[in-house]
Amino acid sequence: MRITTTVNGTEREVDDVWAGESLLYVLRERLGLPGAKNACEQGECGSCTVYLDGEPVCACLVAAGQANGRQVTTVEGLAEGERLHPVQEAFLETGAVQCGFCTPGLVVAAHDLLQRVSRPSDLEIREALAGNLCRCTGYEKILDAVRLAADRQAQG
Amino acid sequence: MDFLQPASWQEALELRAARPDAVPLAGGTDVMVELNFDRRRPGALLDLGRVPELRTWRTEDGCVRLGAGVPYARVIDELGKQLPGLAMAARTVGSPQIRIRGTVGGNLGSSSPAGDAHPPLLAAGAVVQAASAARGIREIPVAEFFTGVKRNALAPDELIGAVRVPVATGPQQFSKIGTRNAMVIAVSAFACALHPDRRAVGTGIGSVAPTPRRAADAEAFLAGELESAGLWESRGELPETLARAFAVRVAAAASPIDDVRGTAAYRLHSLSVMARRAVTWAWNDLREAA
Ligand SMILES: Cc1cc2nc3c(=O)[nH]c(=O)nc-3n(C[C@H](O)[C@H](O)[C@H](O)COP(=O)(O)OP(=O)(O)OC[C@H]3O[C@@H](n4cnc5c(N)ncnc54)[C@H](O)[C@@H]3O)c2cc1C
Ligand code: FES
Ligand code: FES
Repeated sequence: MRITTTVNGTEREVDDVWAGESLLYVLRERLGLPGAKNACEQGECGSCTVYLDGEPVCACLVAAGQANGRQVTTVEGLAEGERLHPVQEAFLETGAVQCGFCTPGLVVAAHDLLQRVSRPSDLEIREALAGNLCRCTGYEKILDAVRLAADRQAQG
Repeated sequence: MDFLQPASWQEALELRAARPDAVPLAGGTDVMVELNFDRRRPGALLDLGRVPELRTWRTEDGCVRLGAGVPYARVIDELGKQLPGLAMAARTVGSPQIRIRGTVGGNLGSSSPAGDAHPPLLAAGAVVQAASAARGIREIPVAEFFTGVKRNALAPDELIGAVRVPVATGPQQFSKIGTRNAMVIAVSAFACALHPDRRAVGTGIGSVAPTPRRAADAEAFLAGELESAGLWESRGELPETLARAFAVRVAAAASPIDDVRGTAAYRLHSLSVMARRAVTWAWNDLREAA
């Protein structure tokens, strides 16, 4: 089947999509957007988190056909050209990135949190990132990154 | 494999009848895992995500008619007052990403003994509205809906349209034991609802039997004891001995197994501890409300 989806602001058409294919597969293998990662394919790790119509979802659990006619934003769509998004900057500065495999999903989840809550408490940060696993950092630096991004966002 | 995407409820029911080989798809949080791991290769997916009626809820005759496609995130945001037990259970499901996609209808469709929506639906006395193109709507009390491990009373040509849940008339509680706070399948779960208007108690137990079920003896026992002690009227303190005796009867309704998530003995123990605590919390809430 053919699906037409707006990805990072641009309408993309994809042909010969298999009915059981995931949105994650379409993004990575057909559209050349390897930002969202494929680690578990069962919703457990959050490394494939993308926005679907403005909501953070696991792309591995969305059937490609369900994204037909919808808006998808991936981690590639957060930066403005060469300028990283403040959440991305904060991850780099605080050392929240080690192997980097979890980073794209965490950046999208943190970006979503800071859009909804400008000054999240630690509990709110933990809750918002509960669906994203990181095997390297121990999460402390990730919490630092979100706090830093929130501070900067609050200062405008 | 075909991808069927009806735009209306009528069309969905017709496709369901015409394609017995199709698997309905709501939030995909169960179905997509099975597809990704090659555990299932249906002839078609029947995506219900474009059927607007399924994504709405409304109040009618003292019940919330909750469309099968309303995701947990919206149950939490919009129904905490009317359906507190279900909203509490919804808060414990998976992660934010899972709660945004996963639906109560999908939980019922999977009919897992560990499904978190089931205990509060049982405690509230909810009714599943199944529908088919040929026979229209059929109402199935949720206590009769689960027929075996991951099996339910739906006919092959039926879809779940909605679940009718009585609006809470008293406090409700939900408790779940797992290995950590986020992203856990319940090792055991307990829900209770106090119905002071008809002086009744509702319960639901999860992950401790082949299906989610009520602890009917425990319900009748507690309601009767509260009655004979005049507690429904006085709203006096719930005696600890009564809470314990209730918990023993809740555990007696279970028939758990040992598995990777926990032993049968641990399930029984944790269930009775949760029952005692949750019913005490609910009763204290009722006293405070008085
Ligand atoms: C990482 C992760 C964590 C999870 N954590 C929990 C948890 O904590 N607690 C919990 O209870 N569950 C949990 N689940 C399981 C799952 O999220 C729930 O069962 C959810 O309610 C399924 O809803 P869905 O809309 O995604 O269903 P889908 O996957 O779309 O469908 C599930 C089943 O229901 C059928 N179905 C769907 N809609 C209908 C309908 N209208 N009529 C008839 N049949 C229908 C489908 O054919 C399928 O058999 C988790 C899953 C994942 C991946
Ligand atoms: S790859 Fe999607 S959640 Fe892990
Ligand atoms: S940085 Fe390696 S998994 Fe998070």
